[in-house]
This record gives sequence, C-alpha cells and structure tokens, in this order.
Amino acid sequence: MRPRLLRTYSVLLLFIGLKAAGNLSLAWGMTHLARNALANPLFYLGAMLDPFVALGIVLLIVALLARMVLLSVADLSFVLPVTAVGYVLAALLGKAVLHEVVTRQRWLGILLIFAGAALVSFTRQKTTDGETSK
Amino acid sequence: MKWPLVGVMVTATVLSDLLQSFEMKRAGEQSVGARGLIRLLKMIAQRRFLILAIVCMAFSFFSFMALVQTEPLSFAVPASAASYILETVLAKLVLRERIGVQRAAGALIVLAGVALLGD
Repeated sequence: MRPRLLRTYSVLLLFIGLKAAGNLSLAWGMTHLARNALANPLFYLGAMLDPFVALGIVLLIVALLARMVLLSVADLSFVLPVTAVGYVLAALLGKAVLHEVVTRQRWLGILLIFAGAALVSFTRQKTTDGETSK
Repeated sequence: MKWPLVGVMVTATVLSDLLQSFEMKRAGEQSVGARGLIRLLKMIAQRRFLILAIVCMAFSFFSFMALVQTEPLSFAVPASAASYILETVLAKLVLRERIGVQRAAGALIVLAGVALLGD
C-alpha cells in the first residue's frame, strides 16, 4: 500500500475509533445520571463533571481534529461515505456494551453502509489540488 | 416545529463540512501527532472559516438535540442523512471535486443504509 494511502486509512481508523469510543463513553455516562433532570439546562453543565461524560467529550474533540486532518488529505465526497462506517461500529458497540436491540432492518442498513463505503473507498481519495501549507 | 429544526440541522451540517473541507484543502496535509494537533488548534483560532464551521457544527448539534426531544430517533437519524446528498452535490459544485459514477453510487447506497438505521 502506498504511504499516502496508508496514512489516510490510519487517520480514518483513528477517527472512527475515537468517535465510537467517545459516543460510547458519553452514552454510558448519561445513562447513569438522573433521567428526570434532563429538562434542566444546568443538568448538562453538571453532567460534564461525570468522568465518563468528560472523557466522551475529550475523545469527541480529538475525533473532530482527526476528521479535519482527514479532510486535509482526502475529498469531502470521499470522507462522508467512508466515515459512515462509524454508524456500524456504534450499532455493534451499542449491542455489545449497552445491550441495545439491533433489528433486522438495522442489520440491513449496516450491510448497505458497508457496501457503499467499500465502493467509495476504491475511488481516488483526493481529486483536487490543494494549496500547500504556508 | 420538526421541519424547521431539520432545515437548521441539515443547513448547519452542510455549511460546517464545506467550510472545513475548503480550509483544510487550502492548508495542505496535516498530521495527527501531538505537534500536528496543536498546530491545528492554532489554525482554528486564526482562520475565520474554521471558526464559522465550528459555530455551524454547534447549531447542528443543538438542533439535533432539540429534534430528538420531540421526535423519535427513527426520524432524526435518516433526516440528518439528507445532508449526505446535498454535501456531495455541493462538493462537486463548490469545492470542484470530481465525483464519478462509482463514488455517487456508493454515497447513495450509504444514504439508503443510514435511512434504514432509523427503524
């Protein structure tokens, strides 16, 4: 595999992993907080003190930065479909860790996302010539 | 209220991604190492379009949160996927990306998959 391609896919995997871990940590933290307080805006500020919620926010911020790095090496029209694989990871983690129900229709959706992302991944990652960094 | 919220969410997502992609193409290749991420944070603080992109992202996030308070996730998730098609079209028109048949077909298949996730 060419170094540039390898680099793009490394950042892609990092982004997907960070986003899935961040969302999982956030969801885990939120489910352990009082449900009846959700309407109170101060509740959300207080929620940030929960270690899992705080960890989730940090991971999601790093994921955002990783996605920006990805956009510096690949087209937006390439990044959008291939990062949708994150939905698949979210569903699998939701089932395995949070014991959420994944219906047949959802599995079909997951299969389609995989197929579409695979199709896009075989196209050129960058079709524009960006200016070089200052 | 649900359609105005969907409108804000999709518009903010599209704007945020277009602005990010535009600026990151201009910036050239970045890295994910500690130095690279610090450089990126400095870049965000210096480039107006990246700041605007993050503001748009916040609008998108809060409109999604508001949407799921009144509508089921089975509506909110497929509705948010509407931005895929709009962004792909605008990536071609605004960012001058070359979208062949294979990439367009892949994006449509992913869109169908995301729509099915919201059962």
